[in-house]
Amino acid sequence: MSKQILSPLPGTFYRRPSPDQPAFKEVGDTVAVGDVIGLIEVMKSFNEVQADQAGTLTAFVAEDEEPVMAGQLLAELG
Amino acid sequence: MAITKLLVANRGEIAVRIIRAARELGLRTVQVHSAADADSLAVRMADEAVLIGPPMASKSYLNIANILAAAAETGADAVHPGYGFLAENADFADAVQAAGLVWIGPAGASIRVMGDKVAARAAALAAGVPVVPGSEGRIDDADRARAVATSIGFPVMIKAAAGGGGRGIRIAQDIDQLDRLFPQASAEAKAAFGDGGLYLEKVIERARHIEVQILGDGTRAIHLFERECSLQRRRQKVWEEAPSARLPQAMREKLCASAVALAEAVGYRGAGTLEYLYDDATGQFYFIEMNTRIQVEHPVTEMITGVDLVREMIRVCDGQALRHTQDDIRMTGHAIEVRICAEDPARNFQPGPGTITELIVPGGGGVRFDTMLYPGYQVPPFYDSLLGKLIVWDENRAAAITRMARALEELHVGGLPTTRSLHQLLARDPEVQAGDFHTRWLEPWLEQNAHRLEETKA
Repeated sequence: MSKQILSPLPGTFYRRPSPDQPAFKEVGDTVAVGDVIGLIEVMKSFNEVQADQAGTLTAFVAEDEEPVMAGQLLAELG
Repeated sequence: MAITKLLVANRGEIAVRIIRAARELGLRTVQVHSAADADSLAVRMADEAVLIGPPMASKSYLNIANILAAAAETGADAVHPGYGFLAENADFADAVQAAGLVWIGPAGASIRVMGDKVAARAAALAAGVPVVPGSEGRIDDADRARAVATSIGFPVMIKAAAGGGGRGIRIAQDIDQLDRLFPQASAEAKAAFGDGGLYLEKVIERARHIEVQILGDGTRAIHLFERECSLQRRRQKVWEEAPSARLPQAMREKLCASAVALAEAVGYRGAGTLEYLYDDATGQFYFIEMNTRIQVEHPVTEMITGVDLVREMIRVCDGQALRHTQDDIRMTGHAIEVRICAEDPARNFQPGPGTITELIVPGGGGVRFDTMLYPGYQVPPFYDSLLGKLIVWDENRAAAITRMARALEELHVGGLPTTRSLHQLLARDPEVQAGDFHTRWLEPWLEQNAHRLEETKA
Protein backbone atom coordinates (compact mmCIF):
# COMPACT_ATOMS: atom_id res chain seq x y z
CA MET A 1 0.00 0.00 0.00
CA SER A 2 1.30 3.43 -0.84
CA LYS A 3 2.24 5.89 1.86
CA GLN A 4 0.59 9.29 1.88
CA ILE A 5 1.66 12.81 2.82
CA LEU A 6 -1.34 14.84 3.98
CA SER A 7 -1.64 18.60 4.37
CA PRO A 8 -1.37 19.52 8.05
CA LEU A 9 -3.24 22.81 7.47
CA PRO A 10 -5.70 24.49 5.14
CA GLY A 11 -4.16 27.03 2.77
CA THR A 12 -2.21 27.29 -0.46
CA PHE A 13 0.24 24.51 -1.36
CA TYR A 14 3.61 25.40 -2.86
CA ARG A 15 6.10 22.88 -4.22
CA ARG A 16 8.90 25.47 -4.49
CA PRO A 17 10.52 27.60 -1.75
CA SER A 18 10.02 30.68 -3.99
CA PRO A 19 8.79 31.20 -7.55
CA ASP A 20 12.33 31.41 -9.01
CA GLN A 21 13.67 28.30 -7.28
CA PRO A 22 13.37 24.60 -8.15
CA ALA A 23 10.83 22.33 -6.45
CA PHE A 24 11.73 20.84 -3.06
CA LYS A 25 11.13 17.36 -4.49
CA GLU A 26 10.30 15.84 -7.85
CA VAL A 27 8.55 12.56 -8.62
CA GLY A 28 11.17 9.79 -8.40
CA ASP A 29 13.16 11.51 -5.63
CA THR A 30 13.82 9.62 -2.43
CA VAL A 31 12.31 11.16 0.67
CA ALA A 32 13.56 10.71 4.22
CA VAL A 33 11.51 11.34 7.36
CA GLY A 34 11.63 15.08 8.06
CA ASP A 35 12.36 16.11 4.45
CA VAL A 36 10.46 19.17 3.32
CA ILE A 37 8.25 18.39 0.34
CA GLY A 38 6.42 21.72 0.12
CA LEU A 39 4.96 24.70 1.94
CA ILE A 40 1.45 25.57 3.04
CA GLU A 41 0.65 29.27 3.18
CA VAL A 42 -1.95 30.04 5.81
CA MET A 43 -2.94 33.68 6.15
CA LYS A 44 0.41 34.90 4.80
CA SER A 45 2.37 32.62 7.13
CA PHE A 46 4.42 29.84 5.51
CA ASN A 47 4.57 26.39 7.10
CA GLU A 48 6.80 23.52 5.96
CA VAL A 49 5.26 20.20 5.02
CA GLN A 50 7.61 17.48 6.22
CA ALA A 51 7.46 13.85 5.28
CA ASP A 52 6.55 11.66 8.26
CA GLN A 53 7.53 8.48 6.39
CA ALA A 54 10.41 7.55 4.11
CA GLY A 55 10.12 6.31 0.54
CA THR A 56 10.26 7.32 -3.10
CA LEU A 57 7.92 10.02 -4.38
CA THR A 58 5.52 8.43 -6.83
CA ALA A 59 3.06 11.26 -7.38
CA PHE A 60 2.03 14.76 -6.38
CA VAL A 61 -1.72 14.71 -6.01
CA ALA A 62 -2.05 18.42 -5.16
CA GLU A 63 -0.90 20.95 -7.73
CA ASP A 64 1.62 23.69 -7.07
CA GLU A 65 -0.04 26.97 -5.95
CA GLU A 66 -3.43 25.31 -5.44
CA PRO A 67 -5.74 25.67 -2.44
CA VAL A 68 -5.80 22.62 -0.16
CA MET A 69 -7.85 21.58 2.88
CA ALA A 70 -6.38 20.27 6.14
CA GLY A 71 -5.95 16.51 5.77
CA GLN A 72 -6.01 16.63 1.98
CA LEU A 73 -3.67 14.23 0.15
CA LEU A 74 -0.65 16.11 -1.18
CA ALA A 75 1.73 13.39 -2.38
CA GLU A 76 2.22 9.66 -2.44
CA LEU A 77 5.33 7.66 -1.62
CA GLY A 78 6.12 4.21 -2.90
CA MET B 1 -22.05 62.79 -7.53
CA ALA B 2 -20.99 62.24 -11.11
CA ILE B 3 -20.39 58.54 -10.53
CA THR B 4 -23.26 56.13 -9.95
CA LYS B 5 -21.80 52.66 -9.49
CA LEU B 6 -18.68 51.82 -7.50
CA LEU B 7 -16.66 48.64 -7.95
CA VAL B 8 -14.93 47.48 -4.75
CA ALA B 9 -11.59 45.90 -5.66
CA ASN B 10 -10.85 44.45 -2.25
CA ARG B 11 -12.24 42.05 0.34
CA GLY B 12 -12.75 41.58 4.07
CA GLU B 13 -13.65 44.33 6.50
CA ILE B 14 -12.50 47.18 4.24
CA ALA B 15 -14.81 46.04 1.43
CA VAL B 16 -17.71 46.17 3.89
CA ARG B 17 -16.55 49.61 5.04
CA ILE B 18 -16.43 50.92 1.45
CA ILE B 19 -19.87 49.53 0.58
CA ARG B 20 -21.32 51.32 3.60
CA ALA B 21 -19.83 54.65 2.51
CA ALA B 22 -20.95 54.15 -1.09
CA ARG B 23 -24.49 53.37 -0.01
CA GLU B 24 -24.65 56.52 2.10
CA LEU B 25 -23.58 58.47 -0.98
CA GLY B 26 -26.38 56.92 -3.03
CA LEU B 27 -24.05 54.79 -5.15
CA ARG B 28 -24.72 51.27 -6.33
CA THR B 29 -21.95 48.79 -5.57
CA VAL B 30 -20.22 45.93 -7.37
CA GLN B 31 -18.17 43.55 -5.24
CA VAL B 32 -15.55 41.53 -7.10
CA HIS B 33 -14.47 38.36 -5.33
CA SER B 34 -12.38 35.23 -5.55
CA ALA B 35 -13.89 31.76 -5.48
CA ALA B 36 -13.02 31.59 -1.77
CA ASP B 37 -15.08 34.69 -0.97
CA ALA B 38 -18.42 33.85 -2.60
CA ASP B 39 -20.04 33.79 0.87
CA SER B 40 -18.36 36.93 2.16
CA LEU B 41 -20.33 39.65 3.90
CA ALA B 42 -19.25 42.18 1.25
CA VAL B 43 -20.64 39.95 -1.52
CA ARG B 44 -23.91 39.63 0.39
CA MET B 45 -24.15 43.38 0.98
CA ALA B 46 -23.23 44.66 -2.50
CA ASP B 47 -25.83 45.23 -5.19
CA GLU B 48 -23.92 42.99 -7.57
CA ALA B 49 -21.04 40.53 -7.26
CA VAL B 50 -18.63 39.26 -9.91
CA LEU B 51 -16.28 36.28 -9.59
CA ILE B 52 -12.80 37.31 -10.74
CA GLY B 53 -10.73 34.21 -10.18
CA PRO B 54 -9.53 31.40 -7.93
CA PRO B 55 -8.61 31.86 -4.24
CA MET B 56 -4.99 32.85 -4.81
CA ALA B 57 -4.82 36.66 -4.70
CA SER B 58 -2.41 36.86 -7.66
CA LYS B 59 -5.10 35.26 -9.81
CA SER B 60 -8.06 37.25 -8.45
CA TYR B 61 -7.64 40.39 -6.30
CA LEU B 62 -4.40 41.24 -8.14
CA ASN B 63 -5.75 40.35 -11.57
CA ILE B 64 -6.11 43.74 -13.27
CA ALA B 65 -7.62 42.39 -16.50
CA ASN B 66 -10.36 40.48 -14.68
CA ILE B 67 -11.21 43.43 -12.44
CA LEU B 68 -11.52 45.78 -15.42
CA ALA B 69 -13.63 43.19 -17.25
CA ALA B 70 -15.94 43.03 -14.22
CA ALA B 71 -16.29 46.82 -14.29
CA ALA B 72 -17.14 46.77 -18.00
CA GLU B 73 -19.62 43.93 -17.58
CA THR B 74 -21.51 45.62 -14.75
CA GLY B 75 -21.28 49.19 -16.01
CA ALA B 76 -19.38 50.36 -12.91
CA ASP B 77 -17.98 53.86 -13.39
CA ALA B 78 -15.54 54.01 -10.46
CA VAL B 79 -13.11 51.70 -8.65
CA HIS B 80 -12.17 51.78 -4.96
CA PRO B 81 -9.03 49.77 -4.23
CA GLY B 82 -9.20 49.74 -0.40
CA TYR B 83 -5.80 48.97 1.17
CA GLY B 84 -3.25 46.30 0.24
CA PHE B 85 -3.68 44.34 -3.03
CA LEU B 86 -3.69 46.94 -5.87
CA ALA B 87 -4.26 50.06 -3.75
CA GLU B 88 -0.78 51.45 -4.34
CA ASN B 89 -0.21 50.00 -7.78
CA ALA B 90 0.31 53.00 -10.09
CA ASP B 91 -0.18 50.85 -13.20
CA PHE B 92 -3.58 49.77 -11.94
CA ALA B 93 -4.53 53.39 -11.21
CA ASP B 94 -3.51 54.30 -14.77
CA ALA B 95 -5.36 51.31 -16.26
CA VAL B 96 -8.57 52.18 -14.40
CA GLN B 97 -8.42 55.74 -15.74
CA ALA B 98 -7.46 54.60 -19.22
CA ALA B 99 -10.61 52.45 -19.19
CA GLY B 100 -12.62 55.63 -18.61
CA LEU B 101 -13.35 54.89 -14.96
CA VAL B 102 -12.92 57.09 -11.91
CA TRP B 103 -10.07 55.94 -9.66
CA ILE B 104 -10.75 56.48 -5.96
CA GLY B 105 -7.18 57.39 -5.14
CA PRO B 106 -4.40 59.74 -6.21
CA ALA B 107 -3.12 59.89 -9.79
CA GLY B 108 -0.75 57.12 -10.84
CA ALA B 109 2.02 59.72 -11.03
CA SER B 110 1.51 60.67 -7.34
CA ILE B 111 1.62 57.01 -6.35
CA ARG B 112 4.88 56.59 -8.28
CA VAL B 113 6.58 59.58 -6.65
CA MET B 114 5.53 58.76 -3.11
CA GLY B 115 6.07 55.01 -3.52
CA ASP B 116 9.73 55.42 -4.46
CA LYS B 117 11.66 55.94 -1.22
CA VAL B 118 14.34 58.15 -2.74
CA ALA B 119 11.84 60.25 -4.73
CA ALA B 120 9.53 60.59 -1.71
CA ARG B 121 12.48 61.71 0.42
CA ALA B 122 13.40 64.29 -2.21
CA ALA B 123 9.79 65.53 -2.44
CA ALA B 124 9.68 65.85 1.36
CA LEU B 125 12.92 67.82 1.48
CA ALA B 126 11.70 70.09 -1.31
CA ALA B 127 8.52 70.80 0.70
CA GLY B 128 10.60 71.59 3.78
CA VAL B 129 9.66 68.39 5.64
CA PRO B 130 12.48 66.88 7.74
CA VAL B 131 13.62 63.38 6.76
CA VAL B 132 15.79 60.93 8.71
CA PRO B 133 19.32 62.41 8.53
CA GLY B 134 21.43 60.57 6.03
CA SER B 135 23.49 60.78 2.89
CA GLU B 136 22.15 62.83 0.04
CA GLY B 137 21.86 60.13 -2.54
CA ARG B 138 24.24 57.22 -2.89
CA ILE B 139 27.73 56.75 -1.53
CA ASP B 140 30.30 54.73 -3.40
CA ASP B 141 33.45 54.90 -1.27
CA ALA B 142 34.32 54.26 2.36
CA ASP B 143 35.97 57.67 2.94
CA ARG B 144 32.79 59.49 2.01
CA ALA B 145 30.77 57.05 4.18
CA ARG B 146 33.01 57.86 7.16
CA ALA B 147 32.53 61.59 6.67
CA VAL B 148 28.73 61.31 6.34
CA ALA B 149 28.40 58.95 9.33
CA THR B 150 30.46 61.27 11.50
CA SER B 151 28.34 64.26 10.57
CA ILE B 152 24.94 62.55 11.13
CA GLY B 153 26.08 60.62 14.22
CA PHE B 154 26.23 56.90 15.06
CA PRO B 155 24.57 54.44 14.99
CA VAL B 156 23.90 54.52 11.26
CA MET B 157 22.04 52.19 8.93
CA ILE B 158 23.81 51.12 5.77
CA LYS B 159 21.17 50.49 3.13
CA ALA B 160 21.36 49.28 -0.45
CA ALA B 161 20.24 51.99 -2.89
CA ALA B 162 18.60 49.32 -5.03
CA GLY B 163 17.24 47.35 -2.06
CA GLY B 164 13.87 47.25 -0.43
CA GLY B 165 11.71 45.54 2.13
CA GLY B 166 14.40 45.72 4.79
CA ARG B 167 16.82 43.55 2.80
CA GLY B 168 20.53 44.25 3.01
CA ILE B 169 20.33 46.67 5.96
CA ARG B 170 23.29 46.76 8.36
CA ILE B 171 23.72 48.84 11.48
CA ALA B 172 27.13 50.28 12.39
CA GLN B 173 27.61 51.47 15.99
CA ASP B 174 30.94 53.19 15.39
CA ILE B 175 33.56 53.98 12.78
CA ASP B 176 35.34 50.61 13.12
CA GLN B 177 32.12 48.74 12.42
CA LEU B 178 31.40 51.05 9.52
CA ASP B 179 34.82 50.31 8.01
CA ARG B 180 34.19 46.59 8.34
CA LEU B 181 30.53 46.53 7.24
CA PHE B 182 30.62 49.02 4.37
CA PRO B 183 32.59 46.83 1.91
CA GLN B 184 30.53 43.77 2.94
CA ALA B 185 27.28 45.62 2.36
CA SER B 186 28.50 46.89 -0.99
CA ALA B 187 29.53 43.41 -2.16
CA GLU B 188 26.25 41.93 -0.97
CA ALA B 189 24.19 44.64 -2.65
CA LYS B 190 26.14 44.07 -5.87
CA ALA B 191 25.44 40.33 -5.68
CA ALA B 192 21.79 40.68 -4.67
CA PHE B 193 20.68 43.65 -6.76
CA GLY B 194 23.42 44.00 -9.39
CA ASP B 195 24.15 47.46 -7.95
CA GLY B 196 26.62 47.99 -5.12
CA GLY B 197 25.37 51.53 -4.40
CA LEU B 198 24.72 52.26 -0.75
CA TYR B 199 23.31 55.10 1.31
CA LEU B 200 23.42 55.90 4.99
CA GLU B 201 20.66 56.84 7.39
CA LYS B 202 20.78 57.66 11.08
CA VAL B 203 19.23 55.05 13.38
CA ILE B 204 16.41 56.59 15.40
CA GLU B 205 16.46 54.27 18.39
CA ARG B 206 13.52 55.12 20.58
CA ALA B 207 10.92 56.69 18.39
CA ARG B 208 7.18 56.87 18.26
CA HIS B 209 5.39 56.07 15.03
CA ILE B 210 3.24 59.11 14.36
CA GLU B 211 1.26 59.53 11.16
CA VAL B 212 -0.80 62.42 9.85
CA GLN B 213 -4.05 61.85 7.97
CA ILE B 214 -4.59 64.18 5.05
CA LEU B 215 -7.33 64.71 2.47
CA GLY B 216 -6.64 66.53 -0.77
CA ASP B 217 -8.69 67.52 -3.81
CA GLY B 218 -5.70 67.96 -6.14
CA THR B 219 -5.28 71.62 -5.26
CA ARG B 220 -5.98 72.10 -1.61
CA ALA B 221 -5.22 69.72 1.26
CA ILE B 222 -6.25 69.55 4.91
CA HIS B 223 -4.99 67.41 7.78
CA LEU B 224 -7.15 65.51 10.25
CA PHE B 225 -4.56 65.41 13.01
CA GLU B 226 -2.32 62.50 13.86
CA ARG B 227 -2.52 58.87 14.86
CA GLU B 228 0.04 57.04 16.93
CA CYS B 229 0.84 53.44 16.05
CA SER B 230 3.93 52.74 18.13
CA LEU B 231 2.78 49.31 19.31
CA GLN B 232 4.01 47.06 16.53
CA ARG B 233 5.00 43.44 16.10
CA ARG B 234 7.20 42.58 13.13
CA ARG B 235 6.49 46.06 11.74
CA GLN B 236 2.76 45.33 11.82
CA LYS B 237 0.62 47.74 13.79
CA VAL B 238 -1.26 46.14 16.65
CA TRP B 239 -2.87 49.02 18.58
CA GLU B 240 -3.51 52.47 17.13
CA GLU B 241 -4.80 55.66 18.66
CA ALA B 242 -5.70 59.24 17.91
CA PRO B 243 -4.43 61.63 18.97
CA SER B 244 -0.92 60.48 19.96
CA ALA B 245 -0.47 59.37 23.56
CA ARG B 246 2.28 61.93 24.14
CA LEU B 247 2.85 64.39 21.26
CA PRO B 248 3.17 67.98 22.52
CA GLN B 249 0.77 70.47 20.94
CA ALA B 250 3.51 72.56 19.34
CA MET B 251 4.95 69.44 17.69
CA ARG B 252 1.46 68.40 16.53
CA GLU B 253 1.06 71.72 14.76
CA LYS B 254 4.45 71.42 13.04
CA LEU B 255 3.87 67.83 11.94
CA CYS B 256 0.39 68.49 10.61
CA ALA B 257 1.49 71.65 8.79
CA SER B 258 4.37 69.78 7.17
CA ALA B 259 2.00 67.05 6.00
CA VAL B 260 -0.34 69.57 4.38
CA ALA B 261 2.62 71.30 2.71
CA LEU B 262 3.87 68.04 1.23
CA ALA B 263 0.38 66.97 0.09
CA GLU B 264 -0.22 70.31 -1.63
CA ALA B 265 3.28 70.31 -3.15
CA VAL B 266 2.51 67.05 -4.99
CA GLY B 267 -1.09 68.06 -5.88
CA TYR B 268 -2.45 65.19 -3.86
CA ARG B 269 -6.01 63.95 -4.41
CA GLY B 270 -7.80 61.55 -2.07
CA ALA B 271 -6.99 60.27 1.40
CA GLY B 272 -3.35 59.80 2.31
CA THR B 273 -1.12 59.32 5.30
CA LEU B 274 2.32 60.72 5.98
CA GLU B 275 4.31 58.59 8.36
CA TYR B 276 6.91 60.02 10.73
CA LEU B 277 9.21 58.90 13.47
CA TYR B 278 9.11 61.16 16.50
CA ASP B 279 11.94 61.07 18.97
CA ASP B 280 10.67 61.99 22.47
CA ALA B 281 14.16 62.54 23.80
CA THR B 282 15.22 65.14 21.24
CA GLY B 283 11.81 66.43 20.13
CA GLN B 284 12.79 65.79 16.51
CA PHE B 285 10.48 64.34 13.88
CA TYR B 286 11.39 62.72 10.59
CA PHE B 287 9.26 61.88 7.54
CA ILE B 288 9.61 58.21 6.59
CA GLU B 289 7.03 57.53 3.91
CA MET B 290 3.62 58.35 2.50
CA ASN B 291 0.82 55.85 2.05
CA THR B 292 -1.35 56.82 -0.89
CA ARG B 293 -4.52 55.03 0.20
CA ILE B 294 -7.03 54.67 3.01
CA GLN B 295 -5.36 52.96 5.96
CA VAL B 296 -6.51 50.14 8.21
CA GLU B 297 -6.49 52.43 11.24
CA HIS B 298 -8.47 55.29 9.65
CA PRO B 299 -11.46 54.84 12.03
CA VAL B 300 -9.64 56.37 15.02
CA THR B 301 -9.34 59.60 13.04
CA GLU B 302 -13.03 59.41 12.12
CA MET B 303 -13.92 58.99 15.80
CA ILE B 304 -12.07 62.11 16.97
CA THR B 305 -13.02 64.36 14.02
CA GLY B 306 -16.46 63.09 12.99
CA VAL B 307 -15.36 63.09 9.33
CA ASP B 308 -16.13 59.98 7.24
CA LEU B 309 -12.82 59.57 5.41
CA VAL B 310 -14.04 56.95 2.95
CA ARG B 311 -16.99 59.09 1.87
CA GLU B 312 -14.76 62.15 1.52
CA MET B 313 -12.16 60.34 -0.56
CA ILE B 314 -14.89 59.15 -2.93
CA ARG B 315 -16.21 62.72 -3.22
CA VAL B 316 -12.88 64.37 -4.01
CA CYS B 317 -11.89 61.66 -6.47
CA ASP B 318 -15.28 62.15 -8.13
CA GLY B 319 -14.04 65.65 -8.88
CA GLN B 320 -15.63 67.62 -6.06
CA ALA B 321 -13.70 70.22 -4.09
CA LEU B 322 -12.93 69.46 -0.45
CA ARG B 323 -16.02 70.26 1.60
CA HIS B 324 -14.00 71.18 4.68
CA THR B 325 -11.62 73.98 5.46
CA GLN B 326 -8.86 73.36 7.97
CA ASP B 327 -10.81 75.30 10.58
CA ASP B 328 -13.76 72.93 10.17
CA ILE B 329 -11.67 70.04 11.46
CA ARG B 330 -11.83 69.78 15.24
CA MET B 331 -10.48 67.06 17.42
CA THR B 332 -12.56 65.84 20.36
CA GLY B 333 -11.63 63.18 22.91
CA HIS B 334 -9.50 60.12 22.28
CA ALA B 335 -9.97 57.00 20.13
CA ILE B 336 -8.20 53.62 20.16
CA GLU B 337 -8.34 50.78 17.66
CA VAL B 338 -7.12 47.24 18.21
CA ARG B 339 -6.77 44.68 15.45
CA ILE B 340 -8.63 41.46 16.15
CA CYS B 341 -6.78 38.85 14.08
CA ALA B 342 -7.23 35.09 13.66
CA GLU B 343 -3.94 34.41 15.40
CA ASP B 344 -3.08 32.71 18.68
CA PRO B 345 -0.96 35.00 20.90
CA ALA B 346 -0.19 32.01 23.14
CA ARG B 347 1.35 30.12 20.21
CA ASN B 348 3.61 32.73 18.65
CA PHE B 349 0.69 34.25 16.73
CA GLN B 350 0.11 31.12 14.66
CA PRO B 351 -2.80 31.96 12.32
CA GLY B 352 -5.91 29.82 12.57
CA PRO B 353 -8.61 30.06 9.92
CA GLY B 354 -11.93 28.38 10.70
CA THR B 355 -15.69 28.73 10.97
CA ILE B 356 -17.26 31.36 13.22
CA THR B 357 -19.38 29.40 15.70
CA GLU B 358 -20.31 32.32 17.93
CA LEU B 359 -20.14 36.09 17.56
CA ILE B 360 -20.96 38.58 20.29
CA VAL B 361 -20.19 42.13 19.20
CA PRO B 362 -19.55 44.75 21.89
CA GLY B 363 -21.86 47.75 21.94
CA GLY B 364 -22.75 50.75 24.01
CA GLY B 365 -21.56 54.31 23.76
CA GLY B 366 -18.41 55.11 21.83
CA VAL B 367 -17.87 51.57 20.53
CA ARG B 368 -17.49 50.55 16.88
CA PHE B 369 -16.60 47.15 15.43
CA ASP B 370 -15.64 47.07 11.75
CA THR B 371 -15.73 43.45 10.66
CA MET B 372 -16.73 41.03 7.92
CA LEU B 373 -17.67 38.28 10.36
CA TYR B 374 -21.09 36.72 10.83
CA PRO B 375 -22.04 33.50 12.62
CA GLY B 376 -21.37 30.53 10.34
CA TYR B 377 -18.88 32.44 8.19
CA GLN B 378 -15.89 30.37 7.14
CA VAL B 379 -12.75 32.49 7.41
CA PRO B 380 -10.64 31.40 4.43
CA PRO B 381 -6.94 30.61 4.90
CA PHE B 382 -5.81 32.44 1.75
CA TYR B 383 -5.69 36.06 2.92
CA ASP B 384 -4.47 38.06 5.89
CA SER B 385 -5.70 37.25 9.36
CA LEU B 386 -7.57 40.49 10.15
CA LEU B 387 -11.08 39.63 11.35
CA GLY B 388 -12.14 43.01 12.58
CA LYS B 389 -11.14 46.23 14.21
CA LEU B 390 -12.50 47.16 17.61
CA ILE B 391 -12.57 50.93 17.96
CA VAL B 392 -13.57 52.95 21.00
CA TRP B 393 -13.91 56.65 21.67
CA ASP B 394 -14.12 58.46 24.99
CA GLU B 395 -13.53 61.89 26.43
CA ASN B 396 -9.87 61.28 27.20
CA ARG B 397 -7.21 58.61 26.80
CA ALA B 398 -7.62 57.03 30.25
CA ALA B 399 -11.37 56.71 29.77
CA ALA B 400 -10.84 55.30 26.26
CA ILE B 401 -8.54 52.59 27.63
CA THR B 402 -11.12 51.68 30.29
CA ARG B 403 -13.81 51.55 27.62
CA MET B 404 -11.57 49.40 25.40
CA ALA B 405 -11.07 46.92 28.26
CA ARG B 406 -14.84 46.83 28.78
CA ALA B 407 -15.53 46.29 25.07
CA LEU B 408 -12.90 43.54 24.81
CA GLU B 409 -14.57 41.79 27.74
CA GLU B 410 -17.85 41.76 25.77
CA LEU B 411 -16.34 40.57 22.50
CA HIS B 412 -16.64 36.86 21.81
CA VAL B 413 -15.52 35.27 18.58
CA GLY B 414 -15.96 31.51 18.71
CA GLY B 415 -14.46 28.91 16.39
CA LEU B 416 -10.92 30.17 15.97
CA PRO B 417 -8.10 31.78 17.95
CA THR B 418 -8.03 35.59 18.16
CA THR B 419 -5.72 38.28 19.47
CA ARG B 420 -8.34 39.52 21.96
CA SER B 421 -6.36 38.30 24.98
CA LEU B 422 -3.27 40.26 23.88
CA HIS B 423 -5.27 43.47 23.80
CA GLN B 424 -6.81 42.74 27.19
CA LEU B 425 -3.32 42.50 28.67
CA LEU B 426 -2.14 45.62 26.86
CA ALA B 427 -5.11 47.62 28.14
CA ARG B 428 -4.13 46.66 31.71
CA ASP B 429 -0.42 47.42 31.28
CA PRO B 430 0.85 50.43 33.30
CA GLU B 431 3.25 51.54 30.53
CA VAL B 432 0.51 51.38 27.92
CA GLN B 433 -1.74 53.31 30.26
CA ALA B 434 0.99 55.94 30.69
CA GLY B 435 1.65 56.07 26.94
CA ASP B 436 5.24 55.19 27.77
CA PHE B 437 6.23 53.21 24.66
CA HIS B 438 8.04 53.35 21.32
CA THR B 439 8.18 51.25 18.16
CA ARG B 440 10.47 48.65 19.75
CA TRP B 441 8.54 48.36 22.99
CA LEU B 442 6.06 45.60 22.14
CA GLU B 443 8.34 42.80 20.96
CA PRO B 444 10.37 42.45 24.20
CA TRP B 445 7.12 42.91 26.14
CA LEU B 446 5.65 39.92 24.28
CA GLU B 447 8.63 37.79 25.29
CA GLN B 448 8.39 38.85 28.93
CA ASN B 449 4.64 38.29 29.03
CA ALA B 450 4.49 35.00 27.13
CA HIS B 451 3.33 33.13 30.25
CA ARG B 452 0.52 35.64 30.88
CA LEU B 453 -0.69 35.34 27.29
CA GLU B 454 -0.81 31.60 27.91
CA GLU B 455 -2.94 32.04 31.06
CA THR B 456 -5.43 34.52 29.65
CA LYS B 457 -6.06 32.41 26.58
CA ALA B 458 -9.72 32.84 25.80
